[in-house]
Amino acid sequence: MRQNAADKAFDIVNYTLLTIVLIAVMYPLVFVVSASFSNPERVLNGEVWLLPKQLTMLGYQKVFQNKDILTGYGNTILYTVAGTAVNLAMTVAAAYPLSRRDFKGKKAIMLFMVFTMFFNGGLVPTYLLIKQLHMIDTFWVMIVPNAVAVWNIIIMRTFFQQSIPGEMQEAAAIDGCSNTQILLRIVLPLSLPILAVMVLFYSVGHWNAYFNALIYLTDRAKYPLQLILREILIQNQMNEMNNLTEESYASQVMNAETIKYAVIIIANLPVLLLYPLLQRYFVKGMLIGAIKG
Amino acid sequence: MKPYLKNYELYLLISPVIAYFVIFNYLPMYGVQIAFKNFIATKGIWDSPWVGMKHFDRFFDSYYFWRLIKNTLGIGVYLLAAGFPIPILLALMLNEVRRKFFSRFVQTLTYAPHFLSTVVVVGMLFFFLSPQNGLVNNVIRLFGGDPVLFMTEPSWFKSVYVLSEVWQQMGWSSIIYLAALAAIDPQLHEAATMDGASRLQRIRHINLPGIMPTVVILLILNTGSILGIGFEKIYLMQNDLNMESSDVIATYVYRSGILDAQYSFSAAVGLFNSVVSFVLLLSVNFIARRTGDNSLW
Repeated sequence: MRQNAADKAFDIVNYTLLTIVLIAVMYPLVFVVSASFSNPERVLNGEVWLLPKQLTMLGYQKVFQNKDILTGYGNTILYTVAGTAVNLAMTVAAAYPLSRRDFKGKKAIMLFMVFTMFFNGGLVPTYLLIKQLHMIDTFWVMIVPNAVAVWNIIIMRTFFQQSIPGEMQEAAAIDGCSNTQILLRIVLPLSLPILAVMVLFYSVGHWNAYFNALIYLTDRAKYPLQLILREILIQNQMNEMNNLTEESYASQVMNAETIKYAVIIIANLPVLLLYPLLQRYFVKGMLIGAIKG
Repeated sequence: MKPYLKNYELYLLISPVIAYFVIFNYLPMYGVQIAFKNFIATKGIWDSPWVGMKHFDRFFDSYYFWRLIKNTLGIGVYLLAAGFPIPILLALMLNEVRRKFFSRFVQTLTYAPHFLSTVVVVGMLFFFLSPQNGLVNNVIRLFGGDPVLFMTEPSWFKSVYVLSEVWQQMGWSSIIYLAALAAIDPQLHEAATMDGASRLQRIRHINLPGIMPTVVILLILNTGSILGIGFEKIYLMQNDLNMESSDVIATYVYRSGILDAQYSFSAAVGLFNSVVSFVLLLSVNFIARRTGDNSLW
């Protein structure tokens, strides 16, 4: 019976700790949502703790009036859609041959790709290459240098090997199917779940990326949303700390304050909407990858 | 010859991918030689004059060298120490929850921050930690304390970086351990319960050994990437005031290479970093292979 008392104590401690973790993770997110619907003055005065105070949509209105944000949003959508399409095509093009047992040279090719996961030329040689290719400040620089990720090729290859019977492909070959037909008519239709995983992996990556844009883009008209967000959320905040004495300080802060919570919500809206889907497929994808790392 | 001919379509299919890796991964590796040269743009990579280890010597002798090593290693080790065990603990705890609804609920919500972009997370850090009106400092003031300059005080930089990283990734990183736990044979638990093992004992003697292979592999990978800690977040959190503890190799390479256009010098710094990381990965893997049966190779 002592066992039961100990079990109970364990459960109490366990549930309490998990609840604390849950609150710690969720609270900042809930706060941002509440603050985005509140009167910015109330937020600034520290009156908003959990629920919105003086409900207003002002922040959202200002976000939609901001040209930079709208252009950035459009650019990000463009980069995400085009980038993901290229990623998907390239990943299939690499993963399918590598999954075939009768594909000679697959080991060498795999090694050739995996090596780049552990060793690369580094930032500067890559930058010089992009410069030489005249890709700086072009649309392509946001797509091509990240055309495919080795890790995703491995995940996809593992899926092809494990979930699509080799016998089925051999039978199709005997019936006169070419390799392209086998891929298009048999393998891909059976791989919709993994294709969904890949679309989600890649598109979330494109949506959230800012590094390539920071390095390779100088034309503001091409900036993705994340770089605009960086200006609003981080650079403004830095100025705020440095220019405490300036006269325009108050109005500047108010403006940034009004917009900053709403812009986070707007920026993450697609991810938020897709979240239930993302969650399920992402976990699936992670686990396929984990089996054979 | 036959299999090559029969599968010519497959080679055709994979050729653009190989071309991609040659151009965007192997060409820059060829370009690494500028680390040993004085790169002159008009002469190109090949014709620029060799200067041997000059750039490396300059880096090793520079005022920044030890600061960069200290910060890069410091943040990497701190992150490993906090960021590695916490997801394991979380998974072990979630695994003990009998109400599936609750465990699902906690999982779903703790994964959420993983999907936020780095820019948004750092932006949120600035709101919450602002000395004028940030929530954390409001609480500190409420208890009569003085506001803390979390984002500009060098001594706070590493903790803010690591804790926010843990906040963002702990749920997501626990997935893999939860999967490993789910694969443990329930009969082991039944037998242990019959023998009178308590829950803590079962966690210690069944669950922990059960997920050990996964733990070791991830530990190897994480240790190997200690020096490769992300540029993205550190760069966003960095400012003139906290430079002393926030400047790492990656941000230094960016500054001297891209902003100041000292191509050869920063290529040397970058190369130094890659080589040390690679050696680190190999040695951790070697130690793991010697001491147990789990390793990458």
